[in-house]
Amino acid sequence: MLTAQWLYGMSGCLIAALGLRTALLHACLLHRLIGINLTGAGVFMVLIAVAYRGAGMPPDPVPHALVLTGIVVAVSATALALALARRLTAEQIND
Amino acid sequence: MIDVLSALLVLAGVGFYLTGSIGLLRLPDLYSRLHALTKADNLGLGLLVAGLALHSQELLTVLKLLLIWLAVLAASAASAHLIARHARRQETTS
Amino acid sequence: MSDTSLLVLDGLLVISLVTLAWTALAGSDARRSVILFMAFGLVLAAAWVRLLAPDVALAEAAIGAGLAGALLLAAVREQSRQPLPARIVSKRSHNKPGVNIALQWAVSVLCAVLAGTLAWALAHALNSAPQNALPRAVSANLEASGVSNPVTAVLLNFRAYDTLLELAVLLTAVLGIFALGPARPGYQSAGPVFDGLARWLVPVLILTAGYLLWVGAHAPGGAFQAGATLAAASVVLRLAGRHQIGLPQGPALRVVMAAGVGMFVLVGLGLLVAGRPFLGYPPPWAGGLILMIESAATLAIAATLVLAFLGGQPRPLAVRVARGRIAATPIPTGKPVSPEGIRSTEPHAAEACHRIQETQKRC
Repeated sequence: MLTAQWLYGMSGCLIAALGLRTALLHACLLHRLIGINLTGAGVFMVLIAVAYRGAGMPPDPVPHALVLTGIVVAVSATALALALARRLTAEQIND
Repeated sequence: MIDVLSALLVLAGVGFYLTGSIGLLRLPDLYSRLHALTKADNLGLGLLVAGLALHSQELLTVLKLLLIWLAVLAASAASAHLIARHARRQETTS
Repeated sequence: MSDTSLLVLDGLLVISLVTLAWTALAGSDARRSVILFMAFGLVLAAAWVRLLAPDVALAEAAIGAGLAGALLLAAVREQSRQPLPARIVSKRSHNKPGVNIALQWAVSVLCAVLAGTLAWALAHALNSAPQNALPRAVSANLEASGVSNPVTAVLLNFRAYDTLLELAVLLTAVLGIFALGPARPGYQSAGPVFDGLARWLVPVLILTAGYLLWVGAHAPGGAFQAGATLAAASVVLRLAGRHQIGLPQGPALRVVMAAGVGMFVLVGLGLLVAGRPFLGYPPPWAGGLILMIESAATLAIAATLVLAFLGGQPRPLAVRVARGRIAATPIPTGKPVSPEGIRSTEPHAAEACHRIQETQKRC
């Protein structure tokens, strides 16, 4: 149990909750997307904090691989959401 | 001896970063802020790179550090130019 | 350096992260929020270097901060170009949650509960005896994995199924984007300074991508970081106003898009035929097979990310090809560019140029 793990892990929890709150409540779509992305980033912080095992030790590579996968999936989901938002705006203008 | 020199260079670099950041916060308009940021930070990074290069054992690491500095120089020069041009165009046409 | 002497750095990083996240979420100016989000990504990358996760830090800096930021900024730009008619804005703001304070409170409580649950899980993970079984298994089998970077070994050997499915997710996302509409119109040339930077930067980016792909076997790097760097080269070209940004066209594009999943499945099936389990590489071949899959995956990831930035299927290039080299040359700027001056053949490009000129006059 290390202070660094607690620091990064707890702030990850906080950032995830803040992001989710914005994703659910904000009126603007872009802010909601940023919120979802920050929720992901917070969870990644928790995972990387758990993987850390002190300055002298090699960290656990399995959570690292999970987070790498997560980053790529998050960006592709963001791109899809932006395309959906574009289409939504176009439909609303055409109405 | 080399350690002291390296530490001095890194400290000087940090000093330039600090100056640039104070400039960013204190200067009145966009152009002078850009001026503070690009000049001070480029020089600050250069000093940091020099300090770290003295510390490193391999030539390859030194070359990588140099490449990082050059890339940041080019990117910050170009982006400062683009930001300033955009601001100026907005001023002249509005 | 010991953990206690790094405590100041930890504190600074954590405070910057929480503050950046808070300010990115709190404001109402979308552009400002996106830029703060990108800054958050860069500080997060620094935090991950500190926590000895350089592979993840590279991916976060290139994908999480760089490309996601570029995607969001392009969306902000498009939004500011075509302001919504007033009736839609009023319809949207009608649903604003500000009206319903009870809902706001309920959601806030829910999020607080989520944070509490996450914190409880974290505390549980940190307080129980360190689970060394997985990292031990990884380091025990690293010899046989064909690579010496443990993260690459996990991604492409021990948990190769995950990565195969991840590439399938990427492919599905691009197909979804294709289904939703055409690509955004391109950009005007950003002037000689940016053009000069692009000319110098793009070859360096391509070289870096190759380096990251190769070095991923034994040091931080790999297909995702390399793919993102390659995609960044294309995005720089696109922003410089080029039409040819290195994406293949027609059937070749489809092949590249499917290359990651395709190579994975081919290798897996080949191993099945040879009597091995699906994606169970024989140790002497593992290194070569991983490099093969990673090379294909790099191209597929790069193509996916560039297509995500374009926001749709690139339009066919028949006339552009007929005009040959002219189409690829950058537009001289410094004076207002006429719609004909932008040598685009995309049907809507001329209209888009008119709009760009109008906006420039207006602001």
